[in-house]
Amino acid sequence: MSEATRPDPAPNPGRRRALLLAPLGLAAVAGAGFYAMLRGLGSGSYDPRGVPSALLGKPPPDFALPPLEGAERPGLASADLRGGGRPVLVNFFASWCMPCVIEHPQLMRLARAGVPVLGIAYKDKPEDSLGFLRRHGNPYTRLGVDQPGRVAIDWGVYGVPETYLVDPSGLIRWRWAGPITEDTLRQDLEPLLRRHA
Amino acid sequence: MIPELGHFALALALALSLAQAAFGLWGAQRAAPRLMAAAAPLAAGTLLAVAAAFGCLMWSFAVNDTTVANVVQNSHSAKPLLYKLSGTWGSHEGSMVLWVLILALCGGAVASFGRNLPSALQARVLAVLGLVAVGFLAFILGTSNPFDRVWPPAADGQGLNPVLQDPGLAFHPPLLYLGYVGFSVTFAFAIAALIEGRVDAAWGRWVRPWALAAWSFLTLGIALGSWWAYYELGWGGYWFWDPVENASLLPWLAGCALLHSATVVERREALKTWTVFLALLAFGLSLLGTFLVRSGVLNSVHAFASDPTRGVFILGLLMLYIGGGFALFAWRAAAMTPTGIFAPLSREGGLILNNLLLCSIAAVVLVGTLYPMFADLLLGQKISVGPPFFNSATLPLAVPLVAAMAVGPMLPWKRARLWPALQRLWWAALGGLAALLLCLALEGQRLGPALGFAAAAWLILGALADITDRIALFSRPRAAFARARGLPRAAWGGAVAHAGMGVMILGLAGMGLATDRLALLKPGESVALAGYDYRLEALRDAPGPNFSARRATLVVTRNGRPVTVLEPERRSFPVGRMTTTEAAIHTTWLADLYTVLGDERDGGAVLRLHHNPLAPWIWLGAAIMALGGGLSLSDRRMRVAAPAPKLAPKPAQEGAAA
Repeated sequence: MSEATRPDPAPNPGRRRALLLAPLGLAAVAGAGFYAMLRGLGSGSYDPRGVPSALLGKPPPDFALPPLEGAERPGLASADLRGGGRPVLVNFFASWCMPCVIEHPQLMRLARAGVPVLGIAYKDKPEDSLGFLRRHGNPYTRLGVDQPGRVAIDWGVYGVPETYLVDPSGLIRWRWAGPITEDTLRQDLEPLLRRHA
Repeated sequence: MIPELGHFALALALALSLAQAAFGLWGAQRAAPRLMAAAAPLAAGTLLAVAAAFGCLMWSFAVNDTTVANVVQNSHSAKPLLYKLSGTWGSHEGSMVLWVLILALCGGAVASFGRNLPSALQARVLAVLGLVAVGFLAFILGTSNPFDRVWPPAADGQGLNPVLQDPGLAFHPPLLYLGYVGFSVTFAFAIAALIEGRVDAAWGRWVRPWALAAWSFLTLGIALGSWWAYYELGWGGYWFWDPVENASLLPWLAGCALLHSATVVERREALKTWTVFLALLAFGLSLLGTFLVRSGVLNSVHAFASDPTRGVFILGLLMLYIGGGFALFAWRAAAMTPTGIFAPLSREGGLILNNLLLCSIAAVVLVGTLYPMFADLLLGQKISVGPPFFNSATLPLAVPLVAAMAVGPMLPWKRARLWPALQRLWWAALGGLAALLLCLALEGQRLGPALGFAAAAWLILGALADITDRIALFSRPRAAFARARGLPRAAWGGAVAHAGMGVMILGLAGMGLATDRLALLKPGESVALAGYDYRLEALRDAPGPNFSARRATLVVTRNGRPVTVLEPERRSFPVGRMTTTEAAIHTTWLADLYTVLGDERDGGAVLRLHHNPLAPWIWLGAAIMALGGGLSLSDRRMRVAAPAPKLAPKPAQEGAAA
């Protein structure tokens, strides 16, 4: 355990020089990398928060979900996601999910601003979903019930809440796993909505 | 008016620290005593100006001045005064002002305590500190002005994130910054030494107290943060290998290596280049942490609201100070030649081993923290590096470190033999083995915790063996008390800090045996965990000053005898619409009974119960480590370091300090 070697008193000068330069070189490489990250943050090509989705830049999978009885909204099918002339949000939620409650005011605000928010109730009893929407308000223009969670598997949903942005041409542009907080809304979603409008 | 005064004071501080840097560097280069003498009063001026700015900001928070944007975003009139005041450093802008305040305090301390430093060295150290202050003051004024006004004034503030409204967190950042920024002084000493091309025993003697103080504060800061995460976040864990936690651990590891290697410089005039490198590294890693937290390049619960322009600015500062420091290092470090010669097996050798292992752990943590970011950047892959990697990669390095920690202090300088040192440790080894077997016998095949208990016993008993050996408790018991009083505080401090590490490992090992369970209870029902019965007595609403809460009352009994009543809460903060959980914890010192109130369903409540054996000792151990640092800092050798060292044991230092 005391196998430590003492520093060589007279090492090869060239090697010593290289060794002394190494910290500077490493710092420079790391600095260049950080700079590229910061540039990427600005342009959107580097995003540490986003969880990648295999569907980014692709059309959503085909599906057709029945409406939620009593919610007075039509059901949701893949055809409803395109051709509206504006970007839409697809939001997976459930009444049993705490972060969904945190996210809800932001969805309500988006709905009031006229952004089409399409809901998919994930693995939830219809009466519970209905109770949830009665308590917190209903931001969804269309609402599909995915009680077995099969459509969520096709989308690659990681957990609820999860939100996708589908652009007017029907391609998925953004995926957010976790609640949409006020910061997310301001910093991520609103710029994206403007860009894809 | 007050915010404008604060803004002006910041600008004044910028001018003063610029002058401090210029006079110090130029004066030392020209060997002009009057120019050099200007650096110390300028440092005092910088301190006054920054303190005034900080006071103005604090005042704005105290009176809830809603014309100040920073107050509006981070405070609220309904908040208790303590959290209004701690809100001063709760935001990005305010915490940067605190950062600079501590930097200015360090400058003031070097100016006042360092009167007996060689004047050129003192001037250069102050100049480098001034230069660091210039960069960060420019950063604050340019990108993060805490005194920005809003007009018309907001009706009230938006509130501080309720998770942050906590006494532990109120003091976590100041302690952490005392640590981070404390390393700016050792950095400044390293730069001054590189400019002068000379590192000697006296240099080591001046650097070591700063490294010790910074390390002790950082230890406390990290421990407080970890304790806060434990009781506030309600996950029952204490360390998550989150990138921001790692960012505070990295300078701690480098600083720990630095304070050990500075001893070698001080006592033996060896390891000079390496010690200078560690001093640059410790501050570099502190700045790296600042950059990671504030630039938005990583995803973490701790990250401040990010802004790429700020990120570019901090990156520029990072490159200026660290790149500049390393460039100077590459250019000048070759001039430093070791004079002390020692055998591989010696106190010096042990300290080199300590440095190698600590730096290897730091390298592992650094790679694990940065790898996902660079993988994302270069390969476009999202990877998360989590606890399994860190645990399995640091453990093989921590085991030899812990094994050597008890042996190192037993080795004499220059040349040692291993066997006599091990002979004096036989009962520590026996204690370790006993702890291992006892744990295996009582808890079954749980090798990790068992090894932890063995390591804890080895370290605590090893530190005890070191002290009893030094005071000759067993060989000459009559003289032991006198010898104990005569023993240098540094020896006590080292032993206490090593034992503190043992106590911390004891807590970690205990947490390895933690159990938990999730239960849905209706009032009147009960559930058992680890020999304790938890009965849900009542569920009710409980109002708070700026939140409303649901509170569960749990009566805890053991074998029918009452133990305690626990009242975990779930708090909703209407301002900011957030919910937090307040875990209720009862500690018996042998274990924490830890309860969290979850959602309510069908008239019952979901409760998460944890039984965390020995948990409090994790943070107590860290506090003991910091206490050891403080003890060592109070050593006579440190106090005589600042005045002229008349009592210096080695004549070589008298010439150097004169």
